[in-house]
Amino acid sequence: MSSLTLHDVRLAEPEGTRNYITNDYGALSWLLTKDHKRIAILYLFSITALFILGGFFAVAMRIELLTPEGDLLTSDTYNKFFTLHGIVMIFFFLIPSIPAVLGNFLLPLMLGAKDLAFPKINLLSWYLYMIAAVMGLYIIITGGVDTGWTFYTPFSTQYSNTHVFGVTFAAFIVGFSSILTGLNFLVTIHRMRAPGLTWYRLPLFVWAMYATSIVQLLATPVLAITLVMLMFERVVHVGIFDPALGGDPLLFQHMFWFYSHPAVYIMILPAMGVASEVVAAFTRKKIFGYAFVAYSSLAIAFLGFLVWAHHMFVSGISVYSAMIFSFLSYFVAVPSAIKVFNWTATLYRASVALMTPMLYILGFIGLFTIGGVTGLFLAAIGLDIHVTDTYFVVAHFHYVMVGGAVMAYMAGLHYWWPKITGRMYPEWWARLAALLIFAGFNLTFLPQFILGYLGMPRRYHAYAPEFQVLNVMSTAGASVLAAGYILPLIYLLWSLWFGRKAGPNPWGAVGLEWATSSPPPMENFHETPVVTWDAYDYPAMMKAMGETQNV
Amino acid sequence: MSEITLTGDTPVPHEEHHHPFLQHHFEDLGQQHEASTLGMWMFLSTEILFFGGVLCAYWVYRVLYPEAWAIGAAQQIWWLGAINTIVLIISSLTMALAVRNAQLGRRMGTVYMLIATLFFGSIFLGVKAYEYMKHWQEGLFPGAAFHWNEVPALAPKVQLFMTFYWSMTGLHALHMIIGAGLLLWFIWRAWAGHFGPEYYGPVEVMGLYWHFVDIVWIFLFPFLYLIHGAHHG
Amino acid sequence: MADDHGRHAPKVHVTPMWIYLTVFFALAVGTVLTVVASRFDLGMWNTPIALVIATIKAVLVILFFMHVIHSTRLTWVVVIASFLWLGVLFVLTFADYLTRLWKIY
Repeated sequence: MSSLTLHDVRLAEPEGTRNYITNDYGALSWLLTKDHKRIAILYLFSITALFILGGFFAVAMRIELLTPEGDLLTSDTYNKFFTLHGIVMIFFFLIPSIPAVLGNFLLPLMLGAKDLAFPKINLLSWYLYMIAAVMGLYIIITGGVDTGWTFYTPFSTQYSNTHVFGVTFAAFIVGFSSILTGLNFLVTIHRMRAPGLTWYRLPLFVWAMYATSIVQLLATPVLAITLVMLMFERVVHVGIFDPALGGDPLLFQHMFWFYSHPAVYIMILPAMGVASEVVAAFTRKKIFGYAFVAYSSLAIAFLGFLVWAHHMFVSGISVYSAMIFSFLSYFVAVPSAIKVFNWTATLYRASVALMTPMLYILGFIGLFTIGGVTGLFLAAIGLDIHVTDTYFVVAHFHYVMVGGAVMAYMAGLHYWWPKITGRMYPEWWARLAALLIFAGFNLTFLPQFILGYLGMPRRYHAYAPEFQVLNVMSTAGASVLAAGYILPLIYLLWSLWFGRKAGPNPWGAVGLEWATSSPPPMENFHETPVVTWDAYDYPAMMKAMGETQNV
Repeated sequence: MSEITLTGDTPVPHEEHHHPFLQHHFEDLGQQHEASTLGMWMFLSTEILFFGGVLCAYWVYRVLYPEAWAIGAAQQIWWLGAINTIVLIISSLTMALAVRNAQLGRRMGTVYMLIATLFFGSIFLGVKAYEYMKHWQEGLFPGAAFHWNEVPALAPKVQLFMTFYWSMTGLHALHMIIGAGLLLWFIWRAWAGHFGPEYYGPVEVMGLYWHFVDIVWIFLFPFLYLIHGAHHG
Repeated sequence: MADDHGRHAPKVHVTPMWIYLTVFFALAVGTVLTVVASRFDLGMWNTPIALVIATIKAVLVILFFMHVIHSTRLTWVVVIASFLWLGVLFVLTFADYLTRLWKIY
């Protein structure tokens, strides 16, 4: 077999022939599919629906917070809303989003494989997700939960009158969805790379998914057992976490955060992977410091497990362990910073195409940096005592999760939209939406840093009158942000029927996924590619194309 | 729109003789075997963290309440636990021999060893059921039914120990029941001649799961039955 | 970490019977030992001894029954990493519990 170069990989037949969407019709062909691309689409629909649900709770809270009095929602209802906003957004949107949609779709393509290692388990992941989502929906309709997404004991085990058992069971199930996805990705990356695709030729998105999958695999089971103990305690009051019977509420917090801190790296690592891909594609350069970016993903995955009790500085842990955790928390910022430096170095003196994905990623780099640095403030125990449980924390994590992860998800969705659907989205509307999201986001959350510093506590439906101006600004920003999110819903749907048809590589990017047709055929590639080129080998590609690219 | 030029000849894909159990997305049986064993090992790592989580909680309270923990362990029938440990070790041996037979292509040998594994596993579960019944009758199930009160000050903490006993052995037993079900399926598959030297992966993977469940018990036994100070009278 | 994807059938490594039987015997002896050790008052050593015996038994099962001794490096990494991560959970959690009673003043 002769070795093929990038431009030898045979593409599918010209458009009009069968791809993974047109290959088979009927609801069952989608609901019982084993094709990773179809499963990715199933996830896309599910998480979009749940994002809207989570957004609804946010909108209600922001409207309530227009006035200092708790006049729109009772405090009990407000408690339920911030709880459900957190549970839905974290467990049902952020954690699956990039891995389950983009990871599922792209990983086999980027590896030159026909599918993931365990296609049936992939489908099972989606069904576990849906079962948990339906359970969650039922619980929301029948009264919801008011414990906060953190389920702290003993309130959750003894005093809350809401569906704690049901929601923790749903979280338990969706956790297994996450575990199985991570397991699938790890085995696929290890055992199903195309011939010639060595580790250092992998796209950085794959490195990011690899690191994410390690975290999913090792952290989520601890959440699972913690929730089992919580459910047991809720049903049979024995005192696992009840001080009156000898239990320790902090034990719950230790075990909960052992998962939930690494969980935030599950949310951000894939986003960083998307950032690397988009920066490379729209500068047509190899990412500066490729090896450093690759290893920093692994470093974040590992270090992320060592810092969890920085969520517990004021809970009652010993001062000595607090100092240890604070010290370790500073380390985890280093690999993240390395990535930001490398992306910036790649952008330096590059010819940057300001297409929509790039706009989102430029926003991502800036907003993630702000979010990350404010995380360092929180890692300082002295400072944390002042701002913990205030809006400072709320602003911090929204900067990294929304300004970071969600914007990267939007970037990835737009970047790979032509590959997934065979259509281009409308560029000007998309750019408008990106700008609205950026502006709306900052207007929503920047005031919250100030509010937190001034002392406004989180999870309260009423506040002192002097905080009103900043709260009104925040709600105004939220309206702009909402408009920014609604736009893509409309134009992306529109593009499915009316968008310009996309060829195999509309961006002129380097990567195996761009070497097959858009949308790809069922089996991804008609023959197994043999990889002889480096990651992001733009010089070679551009030479081969004679540098006559028009996108 | 960019175009990628097609040059060169398409290598003719050679059709392998398709083994009936080769899944289409794998290149060959070797890759499938490596993927499935790696997958099972990764699943076992999640189980290590899963059981490890409750073990961590158990140890926190053991360090905090050593007396209550010793009393709790004293309520167990240590020699039943010991017998069960030996029984599980025997079942691990038979499981390993089942894998060996599959590797050597010995159809009935595989079947007999799998049946033996199921047999010893069932003994374990039977003994466990007996122990549970006794504990229930003695009022050692946590919650409303708990009525151990020899040392009232320590009663809540002994109840806490029993919580860990029931949840840890219960989770373990659940894994054994699932394992037993899987063994039944594998006995049928082995009897139907599915396995041989070029396709013994599923038996090996079953073995990995079974051995893991054995290892969990190897730790649970001393933790729950053999805390010193537990044998006064 | 370059993998060879050119293999066709899985490689078969058949462990000799005597290894399986020896390990079984060792496991049985270990069980008896741990029961016997628990009946004597060895002060603070009871717990570490039980842990060591259990660990040796587990290592024997992992190496020989689960064939890790002739498995790929990757398998070793997965096994070791899992226990390492569990170790992180234990060590950092106990870092809190064991230092709670220490007074600063």
